[in-house]
Amino acid sequence: MSRDEINILIGGEAGQGLATVGQGLATVLVRTGYHLVVTQDYQSRIRGGHNTFALRASVKPIQAPREGVDLLVALNQETLTLHEKELNPGAGVVADAGLTCGLAPCYNVPYAQLSGPRYLNTVALGVSSSLLGLDREAVADGLAKFLGKLSPEMAAKNQEALAAAYAHAAANPAPFTPLAPPAAAADRLLMTGNEAIALGALAAGLKLLAFYPMTPATSVALTVIAHAREMGVVTEQAEDEISAINMALGAAYAGAPALVPTSGGGFALMVEGISLAGMTETPVVIVLAQRPGPATGLPTRTEQGDLEFALHAGHGEFPRALLAPGSVEDCFHLAYHAMHLAEKHQSPVILLTDQFLADSYRAVAPFDLSGLAPVKAGGAEAGGAEAGGDYERYAITSKGISPRALPGLGRALVVSDSDEHTADGHITEDLSARAAMVDKRLRKLAGLTAEVLAPIWEGPEEAGTILVGWGSTRGAVSEAAGALRAQGRSVAACHFRQPWPLRPDQFLSRLARAGQVVMVEGNATGQMARLIRSETGLHISRQVLRYDGLPITPEFILRALGA
Amino acid sequence: MASLEDYGEFETAWCPGCGNFSIIKALKQALVKSGLAPHQVLLVSGIGQAAKMPHYLRCNCFNGLHGRALPAATGARLANPELKIIVESGDGCSYGEGGNHFLAGLRRNIDVTMLVHDNQVYGLTKGQASPTSGEGFVTKAQPQGAYSKPFNPLAAAVGQRISFVARGFAAEADHLAGLIAEALTVRGLALIDILQPCVSFNKVNTFAWYKERVYHIDPAHDASDWQAAMKLAQEFGERIPLGVFWRGGRMAFSDHFPVLQAGPLARQGTDYAALNEIMRKFV
Repeated sequence: MSRDEINILIGGEAGQGLATVGQGLATVLVRTGYHLVVTQDYQSRIRGGHNTFALRASVKPIQAPREGVDLLVALNQETLTLHEKELNPGAGVVADAGLTCGLAPCYNVPYAQLSGPRYLNTVALGVSSSLLGLDREAVADGLAKFLGKLSPEMAAKNQEALAAAYAHAAANPAPFTPLAPPAAAADRLLMTGNEAIALGALAAGLKLLAFYPMTPATSVALTVIAHAREMGVVTEQAEDEISAINMALGAAYAGAPALVPTSGGGFALMVEGISLAGMTETPVVIVLAQRPGPATGLPTRTEQGDLEFALHAGHGEFPRALLAPGSVEDCFHLAYHAMHLAEKHQSPVILLTDQFLADSYRAVAPFDLSGLAPVKAGGAEAGGAEAGGDYERYAITSKGISPRALPGLGRALVVSDSDEHTADGHITEDLSARAAMVDKRLRKLAGLTAEVLAPIWEGPEEAGTILVGWGSTRGAVSEAAGALRAQGRSVAACHFRQPWPLRPDQFLSRLARAGQVVMVEGNATGQMARLIRSETGLHISRQVLRYDGLPITPEFILRALGA
Repeated sequence: MASLEDYGEFETAWCPGCGNFSIIKALKQALVKSGLAPHQVLLVSGIGQAAKMPHYLRCNCFNGLHGRALPAATGARLANPELKIIVESGDGCSYGEGGNHFLAGLRRNIDVTMLVHDNQVYGLTKGQASPTSGEGFVTKAQPQGAYSKPFNPLAAAVGQRISFVARGFAAEADHLAGLIAEALTVRGLALIDILQPCVSFNKVNTFAWYKERVYHIDPAHDASDWQAAMKLAQEFGERIPLGVFWRGGRMAFSDHFPVLQAGPLARQGTDYAALNEIMRKFV
């Protein structure tokens, strides 16, 4: 007897090291060949509180977190109390010898007898791995890999603790159904959405990153910083987000492809800078990892509440693009795409993610780097460095894109101005020149629109019901639609990975033909539904909205639909 | 060799008699004296009357947001180590709206030349108190007189031991040109606070008011003596010192980045083999 899929929940206080158990287990599962989706739920504190690290592992591809727990690893009593009701039939509980599990089948492990207090995490990892049926050697390898460089003594103690855990489990067998072996040990990487964004931007030739730390965006910056020297990237922790975006714009003006990661509050501070990017036509990519607002909101939880804010941020009218990855793979590809899009259209591009996706570890196939090319600042479109003394930064063109030269790299004098300007970049109050410049800038929207990434469809062409989502909910929407199809219902899924600009020819007729359309969003007011209505007139009245700070799951959607 | 003509002559939006006219003259002199051609120079400014300077000079120019010239200049510096970058703005833009950036710039010792036209008043918005306005300075916005103590940018800069700290006076263009020329040779942040009468909105700190008070720092002053520089920086009132207060030896910020030794980032490629190795570590 074995199972194809399992949902593991590790719970405890901040400071107990549950992320260590979780990441260790994730490393082992992915190295062994399982598919994986991780959801991290933590409180905004360094010690105490209640945090969880949930791993859904499967022999088959999976895209979303699931509710219900098959294996609960409790590092404290509170975890047992809070999560007992989520246990599925046949679930197991791993807990310290002193903890009580109520009605659930409790597998008490005498941690203190098996190892020193510093290696409790390793024992918990070992016992859990043993219950899952994972090979001890593979776990030992994974643990060594995960723990990285340790002193020989520390490494030996960890391996001893692991061996003690396996020995204890062998001597005290538990009635727990293990995981089926994976189909094949595939070549997979383990990374979060934020890490994939960092890699995608690096793949696009990122040269300057400026940021101010803000959860849940910080790890984008930290990932780039960890590899900045190898990749020739200049990074700076700015004094505030206002500085961060202005630094990025100064660097981009001078020819360095630039990235600024932040979350809602920091993005709010960047708004004038986004407007400056629009006016000076300077490329920049802003990663907006959303968390629930308003104001400080729920700093470590998830939401999709900033779509309209990102769409309208910045005074005045100017074109932009919004991209919203639906998976960790998408994070890589859309970050790469965003950098190129920003340079090509000399416009700000905003990459919208959220805490759920930012922190979600997944098993991903290694990205194919062949055929990728770095952004060439002032590239093909520009007379660039060759331009002469009569160069005009804002030359009026039919597509609105002016050849972009870079200061100091040629004889051209590059004049960029936040004031309304003439073609040579200098300040003007000539009102006909003003109108011509507005038209020129707005003409770039047509180019951005021509390149819009089409929604991703799944399921029947002519569907009774279409579930529509955007960004990080892609997996949950897809799995909910799949579950409904498995019940014999005609249900399709439609995922927007680029919420702006919208191209109705890519979706409107198909949505209009469906029996019913349901919008699934992680916010309280249905912002994407409103955007589709304002752009197309299509009113999506049925909405599944979540705004309690937790990610949308397939079960959440199915419950809301009464299915 | 560049000439004054290369930097052009433009019609300006400044009031007749404005100190900006002699500052632009001094700047052009210094650029020519430094042997810099317009395409080698980047002028970064914020918003205000002083911040219009880049429009009246032929060179590269990034005229950004109010208060944000220094971050934009920092970004440009970190993208291209070869550009000669001058940040030029007023006291409100540099020390008020951009106050946090000024403090961070001092801490970084970012290698740009920062020229602050300090007329102790907001000109573009027609005469409100600025961060350097004297206590009791009466305006329509401060009818009982400014309550706050004026900011002392030179003391802050000496305090952080940036590379070069000086004060000039708009009415002494040749002296100012000399200060700017020296600042342009400095590695690290060079700050020149430039006293500048505002003929339209500052009826207190007038040309005559400054003229009565300014004096040239004794040539015997040792600008590498931090205590002496700090003492001089406290002096503002009956007597106002002009000249070089402090020359520090701090490392320029951009020297922390080995990648910049290879020149402008725009000319550097992407190492996909290295990226592949990095990606392979995510297991």
